[in-house]
Amino acid sequence: MSSKLRILVPIKRVIDFAIKPRINKAGTGVETKGVKFSMNPFCDIALEESLRLRENNKDLVDHIHAVSIGPTKAQDVLRTALAKGADSTTLVDVGDDEVEPLAVAKILKKMVEKQNSNLVILGKQAIDDDANQTGQILSGLLDWPQATNASKVQVEGDSVTVTREIDGGSGTLRAKLPMVITTDLRLNEPRYASLPNIMKAKKKPLEKLKASDFDVDLTKRVETLKVEEPPARQAGVRVESVDELISKLKEIKAL
Amino acid sequence: MKYIQKRLFSLTRRCLDSLVFVETASGKVTSGSLSTITAAAQLGEPVTALVAGSEGEGVSKQAAGIEGVSNVLVAKDAKFDHYLAEELSPLIKSVIESRNFSHFVTPSSAVGKSLLPRLGAIMDLQPVSEIIKVEAKDTFVRPIYAGNALATVKSNEKTILFSVRPSAFAPAATGSAEVPIEEISADTDSQSRTEFVSEDLVTSERPDLGSAKIVVAGGRGLKDKETFDKLLEPLATKLNAAVGASRAAVDAGYCDNSLQIGQTGKVVAPDLYIGIGISGAIQHLAGMKDSKTIVAINKDPEAPLFNVADIGLVADLNESLAELTEKL
Repeated sequence: MSSKLRILVPIKRVIDFAIKPRINKAGTGVETKGVKFSMNPFCDIALEESLRLRENNKDLVDHIHAVSIGPTKAQDVLRTALAKGADSTTLVDVGDDEVEPLAVAKILKKMVEKQNSNLVILGKQAIDDDANQTGQILSGLLDWPQATNASKVQVEGDSVTVTREIDGGSGTLRAKLPMVITTDLRLNEPRYASLPNIMKAKKKPLEKLKASDFDVDLTKRVETLKVEEPPARQAGVRVESVDELISKLKEIKAL
Repeated sequence: MKYIQKRLFSLTRRCLDSLVFVETASGKVTSGSLSTITAAAQLGEPVTALVAGSEGEGVSKQAAGIEGVSNVLVAKDAKFDHYLAEELSPLIKSVIESRNFSHFVTPSSAVGKSLLPRLGAIMDLQPVSEIIKVEAKDTFVRPIYAGNALATVKSNEKTILFSVRPSAFAPAATGSAEVPIEEISADTDSQSRTEFVSEDLVTSERPDLGSAKIVVAGGRGLKDKETFDKLLEPLATKLNAAVGASRAAVDAGYCDNSLQIGQTGKVVAPDLYIGIGISGAIQHLAGMKDSKTIVAINKDPEAPLFNVADIGLVADLNESLAELTEKL
């Protein structure tokens, strides 16, 4: 079948979602030493969706390839992806510097060509830079259809129907493969990797490439001048009763 | 007169005008777009509003009345009706390039977020997402890490593309100013393979969550959908407030997804936010901590929402909310 899915899932290693990040002393970024890192939650959802497409549709998926563009340590999140069910992975080692979405998308475009992918599923945003750009840029570079903030994905032949979360409700799009989909929280509940699968994942393919293997300029187009704490809020008061709450609100003219 | 001089000037130097994408919903300019005009006007250069879609003509008159707008462009064509990024980005690219705009600005709405990066791709430009402050023509402040850090960023791009967090800027005033409205050619051929199928919008009599002055938000503490509706709706009605929710409440099915407040939902900054039965996870705080006054009502005295609340009440929700609604 010609329309078998060859899925590419880009995955980012980010500071764990439950951790409150601290600004570094130099005011240039957040402290990353001794901090727990995990797979970006939206990437986890993207991977889960790929796995479900395979499980729920016999013979639909040819293979699932996960890729991470990041530091050497990003191979940890790729091992997790393999343990969850990805067939193969690539780490594009770009060192410790943050790479902008445009450059990431340019590398991903080359990965798409290399893997001959016809569907890319990404998280809608990384919870560190909160950019919400990479999927859209990639689809623009490839000139493929895009469906952002997906809450439901259905594949029939080479036609893909995606329900999206939009302002004020939901909307549905249909497009022909190849295409790019970005995932919203509501799409699915990602699985945990079992211990036997984690052991097996150690034997699965993890290709290691360098940024220099791709002819992509990583020069920053947008410089970060400084990073600072948001202004702290004044300590509040506790009230004992509803009456006190109402009078307090009136006092500060909030009502 | 001053404006005309600037226009003539632009023949000899690079034009510094900004192009703002004006989004409409049910035939009206969205509040987010009005806030975006405010942000664009802070660049200190003339603002051109771009309206697209088959309703463009009617909306262009509204757009021409927005304070700060000096020019309106209308691309009247049904292919832009659903604001598909595949259709809009080639149009906007051609407008920017043919008229030499220095900035392109959109609200960080679902439409803006979908559109802006695709435009960046086809113009080879790195966009800047969801700014909350304009420092200079090329320098902006934007929140990162769920609002736990503020980054000041400087764009070195020749054309600067950015989106604006509406809650960080007051909506521009609307009126009936007479500025030129110009119809532009919409004959860009996107070769798009994406088709719009349907839309399911939640209709509500309440103010829009993103721009409401008062927001009443419920969380897991409300236990079920019935309690959520029973306790929140009368209070919201009394206060003429919008209803919002935490992720837990949305996941549990108490209300629609589009009401989620937080890092990945809506970001609100009303005058008064009342969080009810909401613990206050980092991701929720990201969406509401710039509210002017924050009230937390929760039976758990340790709930993190109390740490950012101006007024906190530790109480059982069932009793205290009914009492609050009655006494207001």
